[in-house]
Amino acid sequence: MSHLAALLMPYRAAFRIRLQQNLQYRIAALAGIATQFFWGFMLIMVLEAFYRGSDAAPPMSMPQTAAYIWLQQAFLVFVALWYRDSEIFRLITTGQVAYELCRPTDLYLFWQARLLAQRLAGALLRCLPILLVALVMPRPYRLTLPAGPAAFGLFVLTLLTGLLVNVSISMFIYILTFVTLSPTGSMLLIGVAGELFAGLIIPLPLMPEWLQRILYCLPFRLAADLPFRVWSGHIPAAQALAGWGQQIAWLVILVVLGRLAMRRALTRLVIQGG
Amino acid sequence: MLYFRYVRMVFRCQLQYRASFWMTLLAQMLVPFSVLAGLLMLFHRFKRLGDWSVADVLLCFAAIHMAFALSECFARGFDQFSQLVIQGEFDRILVRPRGTVLQVLGARVEFSRFGRLLLSVLVLGAAIRLADIPWTALRVLTLFLMITGGAAIFIGIFMLAAALCFWTLQGLEVANIFTDGGREMAQYPLDIYRTEVMRIFTFIIPFGTVNYLPLRYLLGLSSQTWLAATPLAGFLFLLPCILVWRAGVRHYQSAGS
Repeated sequence: MSHLAALLMPYRAAFRIRLQQNLQYRIAALAGIATQFFWGFMLIMVLEAFYRGSDAAPPMSMPQTAAYIWLQQAFLVFVALWYRDSEIFRLITTGQVAYELCRPTDLYLFWQARLLAQRLAGALLRCLPILLVALVMPRPYRLTLPAGPAAFGLFVLTLLTGLLVNVSISMFIYILTFVTLSPTGSMLLIGVAGELFAGLIIPLPLMPEWLQRILYCLPFRLAADLPFRVWSGHIPAAQALAGWGQQIAWLVILVVLGRLAMRRALTRLVIQGG
Repeated sequence: MLYFRYVRMVFRCQLQYRASFWMTLLAQMLVPFSVLAGLLMLFHRFKRLGDWSVADVLLCFAAIHMAFALSECFARGFDQFSQLVIQGEFDRILVRPRGTVLQVLGARVEFSRFGRLLLSVLVLGAAIRLADIPWTALRVLTLFLMITGGAAIFIGIFMLAAALCFWTLQGLEVANIFTDGGREMAQYPLDIYRTEVMRIFTFIIPFGTVNYLPLRYLLGLSSQTWLAATPLAGFLFLLPCILVWRAGVRHYQSAGS
């Protein structure tokens, strides 16, 4: 056991340092809170206007939709693929990654710990104020309480596992930078696709059925759409557990593929300069 | 003239990273495309948005995204202005015998933003075919004013945010609420929102005047001709922004060495 702890120590340290570093950006977090609050409010107003004008019953009730949007805004840092660590990009493009490679640690795990810490810090600073204000908003903009203790527990479980899935997806952006040397393009492509497929533009249940069926087979919705609907009970407990299984399966697939891709990128890597 | 030389230089500069340039252009098209896809999916499910049909909203979407793309493409220098102030590089701009606005504008022109412009032109074409607009010369002018007036509003906000850097010495992320947020908001006719929100975005930041007001006239939903002139308020909005910018330049104290 202590052997394992010693083995994991560098990753824990990387995690802790990044966490503390990122917790310093309080003003940036404040700006983020204001922005996300505005977006949440606006999205709910748009959806409410659509709901009001239609006779057909929407596939998700208004309180469930409001909860979906507020959770999405509160945990945006967990779920947004465009939330990035620009320092890693700099390491790769300037060739300083050579120093990283000299460390007796596994680069994939090392960066993953770092990215995880960054997202956790961002969310820790932002989620509480947004959730608190959203809980006391007037109807129909209010964030309703979770459907029950079980729903809440499953929400936390799927949210955190979803975070791991998301970090594993985002690793591919960094690995791709070894090939393209300029992160802008691939960042945007993966970020945008992820945003739409995760239900961040419009909630997944409001999409056409054929598209929903496709998106259920992809990993992007697992970090966002799944936990947010578990909270409001739109996804019942049994289905939520199945969703968790899906998260674990994807996590394994993504990590294995990511490590393979990274090893390939590193064997071809040429560092210039002296 | 000088401005066009700036533009040419920046263009050649950005083409140096060719693969990334094209990918960024494509992705720049994808960002609004995913928003558009969301909008269309909502119409697919709900058919209408209050009084507005899908063609009406697409027209609104195209006009505001075109306005945003134009302003972002050419006023990007203001968007990234905080860097100039922090590094003390604004000093260099001040000692040159040309206007500050021109130099900041020319410092950065973002051609990959043409992606959004391209998409909005396509959407505009589709919306005009779908919507049954009783075209007159005045209506063509109205559409033109909506786009240029909208661009003026966005440029004004970029300038205002940049001018505030003279006092804060830091980029103001909150300004994104009014640029990105304003764009996302005004892509729908503003009268679908709560009345208070609609008023703020009509009388304080005049997005309403390039949005639902002229749109009503354009689509023949209202016969009041004065609505066609409302987008001019967008240009009026530039005046206070330029004044604030001037005040900021006077207030500027170099942060560099």
